[in-house]
Amino acid sequence: MNLTLRVWRQKNSQTSGSFVVYQAKDVTPDMSFLEMLDVVNEDLIRQGQEPIAFDSDCREGICGTCSLVINGVPHGGQRGTAACQLHMRHFRDRQSVTIEPWRARSFPIIKDLLVDRSAFDRIIQAGGFISVGTGQAPEANSLPVPKQKAELAMDAAACIGCGACVAACKNASAMLFVAAKISHLSLLPQGEVERRQRVLNMVKAMDEAGFGNCTNTGSCEAVCPKEISIDFIARLNREYAKALFSRA
Amino acid sequence: MKLDSNVPSGPLEKKWDKHRLDMKLVNPANKRKFEVIVVGSGLAGASAAASLAELGYKVKCFCFQDSPRRAHSIAAQGGINAAKNYPNDGDSVYRLFYDTIKGGDFRSREANVYRLAQVSVNIIDQCVAQGVPFAREYGGLLANRSFGGAQVSRTFYARGQTGQQLLLGAYQALSRQIGLGNCQMFTATEMLDLLLVDGVAKGITVRNLVTGKISSHPAHAVVLATGGYGNVFYLSTNARGCNVTATFRAYKKGAAFANPCYTQIHPTCIPVTGDHQSKLTLMSESLRNDGRVWVPKRKKDPRPPQEIPEAERDYYLERKYPSYGNLAPRDIASRAAKEVCDQGRGVGLTGFGVYLDFTDAIKRLGVETISERYGNLFDIYETITGENAYQVPMRIYPAVHYTMGGLWVDYNLMSNIPGLFVIGEANFSDHGANRLGASALMQGLADGYFILPYTLGNYFASAHPEKVSTDHPEFRKSEADLNARLQRLLSIRGKRTVTSFHREVGKLMWEKCGMARNESGLKEALRRVPDIRQEFWQNVNVTGENTDLNQELEHAGRVADFLEFAELLCLDALTRKESCGGHFREEFQTEDGEALRDDESFSFVSAWEFQGDSKSPILHKEPLVYEELKMTQRSYK
Repeated sequence: MNLTLRVWRQKNSQTSGSFVVYQAKDVTPDMSFLEMLDVVNEDLIRQGQEPIAFDSDCREGICGTCSLVINGVPHGGQRGTAACQLHMRHFRDRQSVTIEPWRARSFPIIKDLLVDRSAFDRIIQAGGFISVGTGQAPEANSLPVPKQKAELAMDAAACIGCGACVAACKNASAMLFVAAKISHLSLLPQGEVERRQRVLNMVKAMDEAGFGNCTNTGSCEAVCPKEISIDFIARLNREYAKALFSRA
Repeated sequence: MKLDSNVPSGPLEKKWDKHRLDMKLVNPANKRKFEVIVVGSGLAGASAAASLAELGYKVKCFCFQDSPRRAHSIAAQGGINAAKNYPNDGDSVYRLFYDTIKGGDFRSREANVYRLAQVSVNIIDQCVAQGVPFAREYGGLLANRSFGGAQVSRTFYARGQTGQQLLLGAYQALSRQIGLGNCQMFTATEMLDLLLVDGVAKGITVRNLVTGKISSHPAHAVVLATGGYGNVFYLSTNARGCNVTATFRAYKKGAAFANPCYTQIHPTCIPVTGDHQSKLTLMSESLRNDGRVWVPKRKKDPRPPQEIPEAERDYYLERKYPSYGNLAPRDIASRAAKEVCDQGRGVGLTGFGVYLDFTDAIKRLGVETISERYGNLFDIYETITGENAYQVPMRIYPAVHYTMGGLWVDYNLMSNIPGLFVIGEANFSDHGANRLGASALMQGLADGYFILPYTLGNYFASAHPEKVSTDHPEFRKSEADLNARLQRLLSIRGKRTVTSFHREVGKLMWEKCGMARNESGLKEALRRVPDIRQEFWQNVNVTGENTDLNQELEHAGRVADFLEFAELLCLDALTRKESCGGHFREEFQTEDGEALRDDESFSFVSAWEFQGDSKSPILHKEPLVYEELKMTQRSYK
């Protein structure tokens, strides 16, 4: 099949960008979306043009590097799928496809379809951990964790930190990302000691990075490649309220 | 070159304890005077950077990804081994040691492997304390499963995302140290050169991938945790960015490269569909616990799998290896798949695939149990192939997955260059000729959390290294050389893309130096690689500039290194005239087609020393002495 692509091109963070139209020819259903872009890029290079810059690494949906808004939807709208795992069998011949980067003030564009997501790292650095130094750990089975709780913690821990939740949100809120980490660590007994301070520190870092507020539209959950539930946002709100009104 | 393994004397089980007592310590107040560079932020790099920062050293950590959390350890699915013996099924430190040596086909160093098995139990404690959500039983205690090649259940797992959860644990520990100001993190920064002064590692030169700027970073010691070189085959299960550049540049500065021919092919990957293919996806081999591998008995059988009756199926692993069956080690399972496909019995459009069938397991355990165990893997499979593996058997084929070879290190994980340490997949040390499933995560974290923090201190306390300044002429020269190389790549403006060269050399390596190798094929590869390299430097088209983000330029630099490294890999494979583990030479096999080792002539580590671009490297041999175990031929029948 052949597709018409409208792709956001932007030289760097200092210049403004615009859409450029490209033709993707002889696309096969077994190609992934990124492989389709690889083929377009190889053509561009052969014509002496600069290829489209986009982020990817593992290409199996786990590293969270890829970050494309495809036809207005982060990761392309295939439920529970990162853009690297989106396959061309979900597109039809002569379809027109618009490709944009994540758009959020806290994720400045670096080039074309690449954005700077270091704000997420700063949120984790502010408190997204359990303070245990190497060698300090007690015997692993000394603290049993109920299976259901461990499973729920794992549901939250599955977040790949791609930032699609921010890109989908009309407020560019990072609540789902923060909620996933807060929930993961506060559901486990190991995370109990720092529970209060962690949520205060992470929310502060989130606000400082300029992410917007949550208005419960649920668009984050809808595009999340790991299908992280917005129930965790409710949990984050409870954790935050409890921490705010309880004494240390 | 002198290769001294520095293995401590004394009985095997006491060596590490004794060594820890014998090693010198750095006074807590003096630790902040030492600066350490850690390159790479995967399991080994992140755990090392975090642990060293906790101890009080000044740490700088570098990764080429946009965040340390994206290192490729994240993609490991199956699990991590540890000799906890929670299931009470006969496991012990000694058994894990024995299994690892045997799995590695008696080509690893006894003392290193024993230490790995010893510290494995601490790793689980550490990760649980960090909040890694391992699978649990209903009583709340940790669950275990058995994993490829092991007869005990010693593998800990977090669904099919164990690597992700362990890496996030290490990343969070590292993030804590970054937040505390003990570690400085450089993301989107690629190491391009190692700096030596008087033969001692003194720093690195890096390129900022966003601005293109080259800069130098001096330190008292350099730790490479830059992963494996599987992408020399172009198609592999490695992430696109994985490369050999850091370790290869260290090799060109004098670090010995050990056993490059030990490459692991993973038996359970999703088959290739066409030329556009950019990478291969692994299906965790935990699937082999319940799935049965088969092909039709008849060649080019056109029927869909459900219509092929039981009697006309060949469950070839169960037939050939009755005691291990579908759990036969990776290299054996891979070659067996190649063999049946070469016979024309492969399945799928390309004929390069075999079935992995869950019908019996679903009948026995129910869909729910299978979904609980492997749900996310079945989902991945459906996403990629569009097929539902609960209804039709999966199609799988082997792919390059892990590389056991790497820079040579001694017992202290230090290379032959003083001050240069190498950890995780980037070194050669613990897996011999073949790595057991769920042991890569174990080794990465063992090196980073529990071994390097001790041995690095010993280096500082006994060698008293001095730091050089960024004005040192070696740094200036390195920066100038790198800028010239980048300019040269950009000035060629030829007719072929970087990817086309990568694909060409990868295909050649897969065909001539992949699952099975022979003398004439290797010689042919050794003839053709230099031709491809020559054409690359005359006809590659690297678009764009050096002054901002340029992914083609990044890729070109890495492919240029692969084009040199490929030759070293083939040379090592040609020189090792035996079959062992992941290195299978067709000339050396038993009557049943099994790998035939030659312990008399080849029980050594091959460590290659660079001699210059136009000269052949020199082979140094570190003899492997087995004091504890008796070398036996592997048998999985």
